[in-house]
Amino acid sequence: MLTVDALSKTYADGTQALSGIGLSVAPGEIVALIGGSGCGKTTLLRLIAGLDRASDGTVTVDGETVREPHPRIGVVFQEPRLLPWLSVADNVGFGLAGLARSEYRARVGRALERVGLAEHGGRWPRELSGGQQQRVAIARAFVPQPRVLLLDEPFSALDAFTRRGLHAQLLDLWAESKPTILIVTHDVGEAVTLADRVVVMRPRPGRLDETVAIRLPRPRDPVSARYEEAVRRVMAALDRSLHPPVARRDPAAEVRAGWW
Amino acid sequence: MPSLRQGGQAGLALALALALPLALAAGWEMAVDTGAASGRLLPPPSRIGATLWELAASGDLLVHVEATLIRVGLGFLFGAAAGILMGTAVAMLPLVRRICDPSLQALRAVPSLAWVPLFILWFGILETPKILLIAVGVFFPVYVGVSGAIASVDRKLVEVGRIYRLSRGAMARRILLPAILPATLVGLRTGLGLGFLFVVAAELMGASEGLGYLLVDGQQLGKPDQILAAIIAFALAGKLADTLFVVLTRPLTRWQDTVRESL
Ligand SMILES: Nc1ncnc2c1ncn2[C@@H]1O[C@H](COP(=O)(O)OP(=O)(O)O)[C@@H](O)[C@H]1O
Ligand SMILES: [Mg+2]
Repeated sequence: MLTVDALSKTYADGTQALSGIGLSVAPGEIVALIGGSGCGKTTLLRLIAGLDRASDGTVTVDGETVREPHPRIGVVFQEPRLLPWLSVADNVGFGLAGLARSEYRARVGRALERVGLAEHGGRWPRELSGGQQQRVAIARAFVPQPRVLLLDEPFSALDAFTRRGLHAQLLDLWAESKPTILIVTHDVGEAVTLADRVVVMRPRPGRLDETVAIRLPRPRDPVSARYEEAVRRVMAALDRSLHPPVARRDPAAEVRAGWW
Repeated sequence: MPSLRQGGQAGLALALALALPLALAAGWEMAVDTGAASGRLLPPPSRIGATLWELAASGDLLVHVEATLIRVGLGFLFGAAAGILMGTAVAMLPLVRRICDPSLQALRAVPSLAWVPLFILWFGILETPKILLIAVGVFFPVYVGVSGAIASVDRKLVEVGRIYRLSRGAMARRILLPAILPATLVGLRTGLGLGFLFVVAAELMGASEGLGYLLVDGQQLGKPDQILAAIIAFALAGKLADTLFVVLTRPLTRWQDTVRESL
């Protein structure tokens, strides 16, 4: 269980990136965070990962407060961030500590197979394509069997074909150990393909807006009517978030407030 | 067969590169042979070769090469160690950086040969000032390489280490060290080259053995063939040391994209 409570972040330069975020994600649930750029999605993930300190509020995983990177939380960044001096296999096994050589090899090999890179374990990261590198990063995050996995726009640099293949592989890996997944995306289709719940974020300061539940069985068929209906519901929520009805401009009030 | 063609091209390149010096050498040889030139100040290749051979056969050459290599080796060792230590300290500790870096950068601007008189005054003309001078030459490229490499380690990779909760030691060993290795090796290689540059100056300030001594001795005795033999020995020793360095360190940076193979 991942719980975020009244989480706020103001950067040293005064930028108020997040304000009063509250979110609970059930074990094994996949939640997609969606929102325009600059609305604090990366900041939120970094706070949950323990890479940055919150100004206020708490993050807990299974009741434990997270202040530093936590052994049960895995992260996939927007870039693969592979270590160029390690082979593909050793990158996948980077987070494994204190295992016998044979056990290490078995687990790395299994993860490489899952992401379709079984024959590439001995190569250098630079010899792989962008999509392959990101698959290595995903395998690396899964191998230590995290209970919570955070992914920050992991596929945004990839083409649509590659992305679709990776969605399937991500869901395969997830199905094995069912970690809680929080994934940031710009792509409504990606959110609907992967998530049980889509949470819309709003900027300045970043806060959570509407939540759209996606109750579709997996694997999801992107050309089914129910899928398209779910996409429409997420789109509508995004629209409402972009044009909030309450915040209609009142020129007279702006003049009164000294806006000019 | 691309490798065959590449091999052929490399051979052609080598032949073209050697054509000019070989032609000049042959021409000069002939000019002296036919009496068109005396060859007193610039001896023909055959006489230089003979001098080299004599020096080698008598065992003198080995003594001089050994003396020079020991000086370069010791100077390199001390200079590189100091450069790595200071480079690391300056990159890791902001206070040390603010105190030491400006002074070191200022010292770096001094042409290192300007130290020679001072070193002789302080340490005499025995081994100490020689090795110190070489160490000074080696120090700066290593210092600049290491401190720059540490300062520019990709923070994003350090974060990967943080995600997996590496201890300070593990972070240094598994992330920082491999990340700074390429730039450090470039600094060390440059330092080694400078070491060979500086050993000449060091041995010119007075020595009883070493390739630099052969130079001075050749000048005083009016033996240009000995000077040229020493120059050739310097070139060979320097190139050999550089090649050895590259060959020995290449496995460490095999993961890199660059075409360092071309030396
Ligand atoms: N290290 C930082 N220092 C100051 N401001 C930052 C920093 N990181 C992000 N911000 C600001 O915080 C806001 C949210 O950024 P971010 O979390 O990266 O958004 P997103 O990932 O949704 O695009 C932006 O206005 C951004 O400029
Ligand atoms: Mg972002």
